[in-house]
Amino acid sequence: MLNLHKKSQENKNSNKSTSKSSPAYLRVQKDLSDIDTKNHCTRLTYPNPNDLMNFKLAIAPDEGFYKGGLFIFNFHVTDQYPHEAPKVKCETKVYHPNIDLEGNVCLNVLREDWKPVLSINSVIYGLQLLFQEPNPDDPLNREAAEVLKSNRRLFEQNVLRSMRGGYVGEEYFEKCLLK
Amino acid sequence: MALHDVQSSPGTDNRWRHVRRLLERAGPLGGPEFEPDPELFSAIRSDLVQILVVGAGGLGCEMLKDLALSGFVNLHLIDMDTIDLSNLNRQFLFRPKDIGRPKAVVAAEFVERRVSGCRVTPHFGKLEDKPLEFYRQFMCIVCGLDSVQARRRLNQIVCSLVQFDESDQPIPTSVIPLIDGGTQGFQGHCRVVRAHATPCLECTADLYSSTQQGFPLCTLAHTPRLPEHCIEFARIMQWPQEWPFGEEVPVDGDDPHHVDWIRTEACKRARQFGIREPDFRLTQGVVKHIIPAVASTNAVISAQCVTEVFKAITGCYPLLNNFANFSDIEGVAVNVVPLERNPQCDVCGQPPPKPLTFNSRDSLQTVINQLKSEHGMTRPSLTACVEGRDVTLYMDLSFLRDQLADNLDKSLAELGLLSNTVLNVTDSAQSGMKPVTFVLNLEDGMET
Repeated sequence: MLNLHKKSQENKNSNKSTSKSSPAYLRVQKDLSDIDTKNHCTRLTYPNPNDLMNFKLAIAPDEGFYKGGLFIFNFHVTDQYPHEAPKVKCETKVYHPNIDLEGNVCLNVLREDWKPVLSINSVIYGLQLLFQEPNPDDPLNREAAEVLKSNRRLFEQNVLRSMRGGYVGEEYFEKCLLK
Repeated sequence: MALHDVQSSPGTDNRWRHVRRLLERAGPLGGPEFEPDPELFSAIRSDLVQILVVGAGGLGCEMLKDLALSGFVNLHLIDMDTIDLSNLNRQFLFRPKDIGRPKAVVAAEFVERRVSGCRVTPHFGKLEDKPLEFYRQFMCIVCGLDSVQARRRLNQIVCSLVQFDESDQPIPTSVIPLIDGGTQGFQGHCRVVRAHATPCLECTADLYSSTQQGFPLCTLAHTPRLPEHCIEFARIMQWPQEWPFGEEVPVDGDDPHHVDWIRTEACKRARQFGIREPDFRLTQGVVKHIIPAVASTNAVISAQCVTEVFKAITGCYPLLNNFANFSDIEGVAVNVVPLERNPQCDVCGQPPPKPLTFNSRDSLQTVINQLKSEHGMTRPSLTACVEGRDVTLYMDLSFLRDQLADNLDKSLAELGLLSNTVLNVTDSAQSGMKPVTFVLNLEDGMET
């Protein structure tokens, strides 16, 4: 209001404010501090440590069909975080009912079930769960889902063959075993 | 009914009689500390009163017009867009000859020509192109933005300007009222933000989140049911596989060739699944997330917002407390709710940064040691915002520790840190802890 403001003209240069980091960046810093580093099946790497918004996640499942494999995901956190989910793509070609051959991942918390209260940890757990329990009812890779539903033994073999490097049907999969 | 009317005094023509009535007469509805004063009218037209309008689109044009016709003369307008044909049905400060010119510039020209005495300074660019201190000159900021992103940025700017006294209370004159308006079809809102007194925009950011995080990918891939699914499939999944306009060339919703390609693919898919085929309009609407604009909603919300600006500056009436929803889909409904602050808010829920005093030759390790010994931290991780860029100083986390170890021995000056730089510190030993902010005070150092 006007009267107050007249007085403030004198105080204008007392303390200069400086630019602050964006809320998204601060939230990412908080999420990273909370990451479960005791989880030995997952590991983060930062191509650029100054850019906390872009990083890679390596998952090495220690049980289930994908035991022994190593799968790399790319995370891109936008400046809408946490109001928008991080964008995640799988960089390893994998034979999986919920991951297509272009690397798109069908995970509910990445799209329709994302809530701001979730975190990077939640996404990591969700991705791990995909390897522990592939879901044939929500498929991005329909052929893989069909095989999982109708013939588990064949699915297991297909996964193994794809991880060791080889063909499943017409598709060739590069070796992606944990050394 | 003869009410006392305002006198025509020399130098003030009758043109502004309606505004002066509000400022020069007492009444039962006046604000708690309001004292009618014939000087108030000339005061709001003095250089003390500068108002910033953010956005020169549907809402922005209305707001600029309403402010100018309410007697304000020092207006600034910022917008990063140029004029498009589709704007002309409601952004009435623009004409066909203006297509391609910056909105802020054309709007300013129009209003200055139409309302004599009114000065509008246009700024063609983004909010973040201006230094923080640019915003301090304004007594009130009003915005009509079309994205959550821009709102969050503006909110952060306004909250960053707040200064605190010795007992950590916000100094009232540093709190610039922010009036936020938004419209979508037949619905709209107007809200008043006074940092630390009412919720800021970040406190209630979920109110603005689009309900559409996206359709599930598997629906798009295997079980589409709507024309929109077909369009999204073409945009999200087919486009990056086929790159129809060149490798890595992204979708441009304004390019009719791009939209046509998407529509063709979407129609093929729709035929395959027995779904109604989308037309060009629907396709572009989905690709650009267009929600049809209704000019009358803009008019209503702008009027409400500018009324709040008028009240904030003159104190003639209590401000809206603090969020009003408007809808005229069926009948007319206005609902006002007093939203509450979020004590955990990332922007306004933080106590002001505590000072940390060092010498610019001190090493980062020295800072970390002090955080451990005097601020109760065990494994502090630090980032900072240096000249608008986010910089990671050190993160005590297994996946970043080694890469940043070299920074520990560097001096604060080498790391580019200046006095008044804000440091964000988290402690990985305390889970769930929000970053604590400190402000660096370098005894010998240069200021930011």
